[in-house]
Amino acid sequence: MVKEIERSGIPVVHICTVVPISLTVGANRIVPAIAIPHPLGDADLSKEDEYKVRMNIVKKSLEALTIDVTEQTVFEL
Amino acid sequence: MSKIRVVHYINQFYGGIGGEEKADYKPEVRTEVVGPGLALTQNFGDEAEIVATIICGDSYFNENTDEALSTILKMVEEHKPDLFIAGPAFNAGRYGMACGAVCKAINEKGIKTVTAMYEENPGLDSFKKDTYILPTGNSAASMRKAAPALAKFAIKLAKGEMTGSADTEGYFPRGIRKNVFVEQRGSTRAVNMLLNKINGKKFTTEYAMPTFDNVEPGKAIKDLSKAKIAIVTSGGIVPKNNPDKVESSSASKYGSYDFTGMNDLTSETFETAHGGYDPVYANDDSDRVVPVDVLRQLEKDGVIGSLHNIFYSTTGNGTSVANSKAFASEFTQDLLSAGVDAVILTST
Repeated sequence: MVKEIERSGIPVVHICTVVPISLTVGANRIVPAIAIPHPLGDADLSKEDEYKVRMNIVKKSLEALTIDVTEQTVFEL
Repeated sequence: MSKIRVVHYINQFYGGIGGEEKADYKPEVRTEVVGPGLALTQNFGDEAEIVATIICGDSYFNENTDEALSTILKMVEEHKPDLFIAGPAFNAGRYGMACGAVCKAINEKGIKTVTAMYEENPGLDSFKKDTYILPTGNSAASMRKAAPALAKFAIKLAKGEMTGSADTEGYFPRGIRKNVFVEQRGSTRAVNMLLNKINGKKFTTEYAMPTFDNVEPGKAIKDLSKAKIAIVTSGGIVPKNNPDKVESSSASKYGSYDFTGMNDLTSETFETAHGGYDPVYANDDSDRVVPVDVLRQLEKDGVIGSLHNIFYSTTGNGTSVANSKAFASEFTQDLLSAGVDAVILTST
């Protein structure tokens, strides 16, 4: 899906936990997530802290969308 | 001759530990034959035996790869196998990645390795250079065919009889070239190929060109505060009770869900249809997969221009590449006509 969307010219940032799969699939902008069943959350944290974690990942992803890339790039948090 | 010593790797599901709720299971070694190892053993005859089985949760492996690998390597070395077999993983993506990675690491220690999986498993492209991988069907229903093939191949490999090409031996090509003697010289073979091609007949190339299907990265967004952002997920988030009946695996459809006026996805309104991970966390709060709450805040704060009020969702679990492409090419038309500038795609 990442590639098919990006083929249209719309940039895509892929938030995922298993980065090697994303690289194999061919995503160009990749942001690593927390865990497979909760990529953008963490039930062990308080609701407030969990929200912050989610906000950080989303902000990082938005930032990735503002950066021009020429090859597959992983944006670490 | 003594039997070939085999160590076998399987995931928590085939190990009988449990389903997705046990996918965080840490590596365990048992000096017995477990699950699919029984089918392999039946096909080994007197030639080989499984001396140990290693069981590891798929999520644990993929989330803690280095740690898991080092534990598993130690377990394998203790049992001094002649051969290491992983899987078969069929079309289970995380399992395939684990099988491939474990085989690669063990191969590097000088122990022969083989695994088996479906052609669309991401483990194939990631690790086909590093280990032998045999083809299987896309589900465990093909175990009856997969087990004898894997057992037969394993014995051949352990005996050092794996000499033919990928095609004749029946494994996925690894991109390794070998020097061999053939009857006709290269120029003759090339001309024959060309004549066959001109005459519309079948011919087999001796050097397949790699097919790259990389997509050029989309241009960076210049001004986020004017950009319209859309969310897409393969994590299977759907409205409560899954109105479109998006399948829990091998999805044949996706859903488009309007969340106009919603600032938060809650356990009353949304859930996951995905059958490939423990659904507890996503059912409790779907923002953990489709982050509507924080994106609404960023929209309110003017960090982004706006949030597209529809998210697109399917389950990425065993769903074919062809289906995924078809889904995306369809909803991308919506994205374009809605003036979406960028997409956040989340995967579990």
